[in-house]
Amino acid sequence: MPGPHHIAMTVNGTRHQRAVEPRLLLSDFLRHDLGLTGTHVGCEHGVCGACTVLLDGAAVRSCLVFAVQADGRSVDTVEGLGRNGELDPLQTAFHDAHGLQCGFCTPGILMTLVPWLEKHPSPTDTEIREAISGNLCRCTGYANIVKAVQLFAGRRNDGKAGLSP
Amino acid sequence: MTTGRYMGQSVPRLEDAKLLRGRALFVDDVQLPGMLHVAFLRSDDAHGILRSVDASAARERRGVVAVYTAADLGDYWRPGPLLVPPPPIEGLVFNAATQVPLARDKVRHGGEALAMVVAESRYAAEDALEDILVDLDPLPAVIDLETALRPGVSLVHEQFGTNLAAHVRQSKGDYAAARSRADLLVARRFRYDRGASAAIENRGVVAEWDARAEQLTVWDTTQAPIPIRNGLAAMLGLSESQVRVVAPFIGGGFGPKIMMFYPEEVLLPWAAMRLGRPLKWIEDRRENFYATTQERLQIHDAELAMTSEGRILGVQDVFLHDTGAYDPYGLTVPINSQCTLLGPYVIPNYDSEFTAVFTNTPIVTPVRGAGRQHGVFVMERLLDFAAKELGLDPVEIRRRNLIPPDAFPYDHEILFQDFRPLVYDSGNYPAALDKAVEMIGYDRFRRLDQPGLRREGRHVGIGVVCYIEGTGVGPYEGARVTVEPSGLVRVATGVGTQGQGHFTTFAQLVAEQLGVDVEKVRVVTGDTREFNWGTGTFASRGAVVAGNACHAAAQKVREKIIALAARLLDVAPERIALENGRACVRGADASIELGELARRANPLRGAVTPGTEPGLEATAYFGPDRGNAASGVHAMIVEVDAETAAVAIKRYVVVHDCGTVINPTVVEAQVQGGVAHGIGNAFYEQLIFDENGQLLNASFMDYLLPTALDVPTVEMAHIETPSPLNPLG
Repeated sequence: MPGPHHIAMTVNGTRHQRAVEPRLLLSDFLRHDLGLTGTHVGCEHGVCGACTVLLDGAAVRSCLVFAVQADGRSVDTVEGLGRNGELDPLQTAFHDAHGLQCGFCTPGILMTLVPWLEKHPSPTDTEIREAISGNLCRCTGYANIVKAVQLFAGRRNDGKAGLSP
Repeated sequence: MTTGRYMGQSVPRLEDAKLLRGRALFVDDVQLPGMLHVAFLRSDDAHGILRSVDASAARERRGVVAVYTAADLGDYWRPGPLLVPPPPIEGLVFNAATQVPLARDKVRHGGEALAMVVAESRYAAEDALEDILVDLDPLPAVIDLETALRPGVSLVHEQFGTNLAAHVRQSKGDYAAARSRADLLVARRFRYDRGASAAIENRGVVAEWDARAEQLTVWDTTQAPIPIRNGLAAMLGLSESQVRVVAPFIGGGFGPKIMMFYPEEVLLPWAAMRLGRPLKWIEDRRENFYATTQERLQIHDAELAMTSEGRILGVQDVFLHDTGAYDPYGLTVPINSQCTLLGPYVIPNYDSEFTAVFTNTPIVTPVRGAGRQHGVFVMERLLDFAAKELGLDPVEIRRRNLIPPDAFPYDHEILFQDFRPLVYDSGNYPAALDKAVEMIGYDRFRRLDQPGLRREGRHVGIGVVCYIEGTGVGPYEGARVTVEPSGLVRVATGVGTQGQGHFTTFAQLVAEQLGVDVEKVRVVTGDTREFNWGTGTFASRGAVVAGNACHAAAQKVREKIIALAARLLDVAPERIALENGRACVRGADASIELGELARRANPLRGAVTPGTEPGLEATAYFGPDRGNAASGVHAMIVEVDAETAAVAIKRYVVVHDCGTVINPTVVEAQVQGGVAHGIGNAFYEQLIFDENGQLLNASFMDYLLPTALDVPTVEMAHIETPSPLNPLG
């Protein structure tokens, strides 16, 4: 087996250095090596979207990325949303619109939406549905997720909310 | 709608913040010092004689700590318990065969566990799986339900001399006589496919044995932590108080997480005790398709006898039920199908007979709906065919046969899955049907829209179905409510939670009684150290059974608060009102904070009055005599593309009656989620086994769950017909 690789990456603004096996998945690295267990693993073959994180600002499935591929790059996870223990506006909208039930798929949905909403200030319901169509949710039937995103977009457009990170 | 300060209010969920911040504890988030990781070797074959499992090479691999096969388990190797024995129905046949921790002499389904590897990491454990040599003589697989019972077919369980798992007949009236005087007979065959529950969180178990404290702690993605604790204690020779089972946040349940016991739940605690190190096993998605229980394959041959006026004279239904390789859950699923077929209709004569069949496929236990939808599907399709043949409107034929609102309690004269007679407690079916028809604009659609669309060459149709959901079954649940000196109120209950909003709805019930802000009520579920009497979360019974227990415990605490406050403030108890976290004297200024009362109820000096208890705390239980009949009507407009047969759902209306609604938003979200699951089953989901028992679509690439593009936003209305079977209705 090849020896460990030394990698360094910035996760939620903090720099981490570790020695990892080349086959270690980014999802396992975040969860087990860094203890950032908010990123959830649902299928490990890139379909369910629960493990979605931002890699240099773009949404990726962390189960389809090796940790070594993130060497020298920047990763954002759900733990990086909001500040000082407060929910950020998107999280708040999910709370207000009952956009989650068991909450297992939720971190992946939030991380999918964060960069997407930067580019879609006033999305239609259909656009929202397309945006999250790569995220499986078995509890909600999606309706309140769409509602939550609309609530967020409406508030932001009313100037009441800014998007983070 | 019944409303109070909190009852009937859409209180935003109290559990959300943790979940949204990624800080809620799921089983896979448990990290313990020195923890080892477990992987299972699972059979590639669906059926075969197991000659040997040689793990010697795996044991030598670097990073591997232990490997266990069936032979290594010694006396601990035992088939699991029969969870639900067969109900007392005359002439019933039931062959019990429960799952084993690791296959020993025979493999009975693809994915059955053969060996357990414990290693320093999950990666190392999975590497070692490839070192294990399995010597297996394949046998022909039993897959097809209809041929499984023929002579000469290979047997899943030789000891029975047949693949028949059960045969049950329940009837009322005289169907043969009804049939002979019918104006119309509609006979059809219906097939309902097998599907996966597909919670986005797979199963998982973490076990830790503290040798000095002699305490075993198990984190488990179970819907039933208390029965798991009790069973583990018995299996491991521990007292129940030595075992703590925690079902923390669970990423969706949908039934299979209440199977008991899965091999992993039996093996990890045992191995953790032997090895003296904590162990973790997390199911991967592929394993989930084999190792987590499934449901739904049934084949019905049903006949409906009608008068020319569209009145039901009787129904006969003969069906095959696929129980998979083992039947630990007894007959719950097919009996649900048998009972639920009757729906909200007056059916004077019913003859229902089913045969459950063992096959070389993963085990079948309840999955959301638990067999109920099969009955609904058969009955509703029969009514549609009958309406067509009689030239009646499909809504009208249903209306003519609904049980009237003044006919409750309504006895169907057969036995339900809770072993109690199938008696509906309450309902208002005509009102629900009228409401759904009005909401979807049925008459206008049939009269105006549909003919117009047809002229344009479009194929747009409307469907309306009625159903009953037998729910709120016993045996019981309990809750303890405590006012703490801080003024916070703590509620502990035994049911686990998988996203249903228990932290909020139970808090609403308690806050309503105690006159405190709902945010001041902290609910704990699914931890046997907090509450250790109860059964679990299943059959849509949490709000009914645990909810009524919370309500009853809160009422007891309320009485204690009032008695103490009246004594301290020297007024009659009738003058005490509870509001804003205080016990107040009506019409006067005097009041005491609940936290202060809690302190006064637990004095450091003086004496607690004989016959009273310290503290402001009470425990209560609720055990319903029998289940409730929730009901509803679904109506939908769909368009079919005549070339591709693709179906687009244009509108979906649900009118739902679950009795008193505690939190409308939570209820509506449950309904929306249930509809999504149904859409998946109807249009996208089917587990496909080939003739050798190989599952051909064991991934989310090939097994399609409905996405946000496939599930419309359901238009909903509630009818509230309170149930007389419990105080909350």
